[in-house]
Amino acid sequence: MQIESRHAGRRYGDRWAIRDISLVVPVREPLLLLGPSGGGKSTLLRLLAGLEIPQEGQILVDGKPLSPNESDLRIHRRRLGFVFQDGNLFPHLDALENITLPLIRAHGFSRADAIVRARRLLERFQLVTHSNHRPAELSGGQRQRIALARAMGHDPEILILDEPTSALDPEMTGEVIDALETIRNEGKTLVLATHATGFARHLGGQVAFLQDHRLTWTGPTRKFFETPPTEGARTYLSRIQRE
Amino acid sequence: MNPTRTHSLLPVISFLFVLTLLGGFLALSFSSLHWEWHWDSVWAYREKFLRGWLSSLLLSGATLAVSLPLGLALTMGRLKGWLPVRQLCALIVEVIRGTPLLVQILVLFYIVGSALGLENRFFAGILILSLFEAAYFSEIFRGAWLSLPQSTLTSARAIGLTPRDTFTQVITPLALRNCLPSLASQTASLIKDSSLLSIIAVTELTHVAQEINAFTYSTLESYLPLAFAYLLLTAPLSFLTRSWEKSLAYAN
Repeated sequence: MQIESRHAGRRYGDRWAIRDISLVVPVREPLLLLGPSGGGKSTLLRLLAGLEIPQEGQILVDGKPLSPNESDLRIHRRRLGFVFQDGNLFPHLDALENITLPLIRAHGFSRADAIVRARRLLERFQLVTHSNHRPAELSGGQRQRIALARAMGHDPEILILDEPTSALDPEMTGEVIDALETIRNEGKTLVLATHATGFARHLGGQVAFLQDHRLTWTGPTRKFFETPPTEGARTYLSRIQRE
Repeated sequence: MNPTRTHSLLPVISFLFVLTLLGGFLALSFSSLHWEWHWDSVWAYREKFLRGWLSSLLLSGATLAVSLPLGLALTMGRLKGWLPVRQLCALIVEVIRGTPLLVQILVLFYIVGSALGLENRFFAGILILSLFEAAYFSEIFRGAWLSLPQSTLTSARAIGLTPRDTFTQVITPLALRNCLPSLASQTASLIKDSSLLSIIAVTELTHVAQEINAFTYSTLESYLPLAFAYLLLTAPLSFLTRSWEKSLAYAN
């Protein structure tokens, strides 16, 4: 599966969140969206995931423009996994049910098969003891790992993550990062917005640097961190690393 | 001494004290009235009273069954309808909530009802009361809908749920959980509101009490049991309301 953004732009009211973004999501290699907050990272992720549609330019999936029709967008979303900043689990369902709901309702699994899959995922992320806990009874790190498991249930090729660790304390961040590493090593494509530069550097892959609603640089992650390519990138990195 | 035991007894003692105080005040008021109690004359009508109570129960149950779906329809009309439908639903809700039920009963029964040839008072009563309660239920549903977190709805789209599945699997359980206490409390109001149907001579509990009063001239002996009979229906509901509120506070 290949996703491409071609001159895509999206505005809210008369304010542009992003403009003229052109990039190809690399296959089986992480894509890291870096840049100051408010620069348009979340908006770009939502466009790539088909949660919103661009007002100019287009999103291409396997070379074909993504139709703005809601049912076509739904098919696109079902091929991906999406993880939000704070997990966004369903508060009325327990951990297991949160994972089985999309499997049963969106991916046509039988209840029994969905439960088997969900159990396997919970085991993998060391969450078996929490299967019957609701989100309110879990820690932030546990919630985020369940959100990861939910996004992975149907085995998508691409996982899109919007600042998956920024609402967590360092210890919990570690848990989530470990889980993400496992996922990368399985050959999934990760597309992720993050401020955790140490982790980003470690993941490798490609960087797309967004600033002031535009894409100002794309290239290998190693190169981005060794010799920050733009003035904006240098300022951003020195600010982030001071924290 | 066991401290937890003292703690669990304290509210009970305090409650008994409050009850005694209130009861004493009422007893004092009644004794200053020099009322001659004639329970025997009212006792003769006990079967009639019981039938009235059952009739009120039936009336309230039927009204609940009609007004809940009607309230939901009004909410959907206001939130998702075509513009004239939205305006119509909003107007109905505002007029019903802004005018006395007494006037609505009179106008709807004697003017609208007779124009439509609706003569069965019991049936007409159910319809009129249902419309009134539906307006209130609709506001409760609308509030529950609007208080749903946007992030949860986005999450439902992200995992690829259809709008129909989002409604049945996510919106309904979440919204229902949030509005159960208000629904139970409005149902208690509904039961008391049904007493106003006595003015169009629906033979429900209040109407029966008025009749017994007219036959026996024992006003207090007719109306005090009436109050108690309503409390018998509404008290379990307020108990439910409170326990649901508690469990909600825990879940969130």
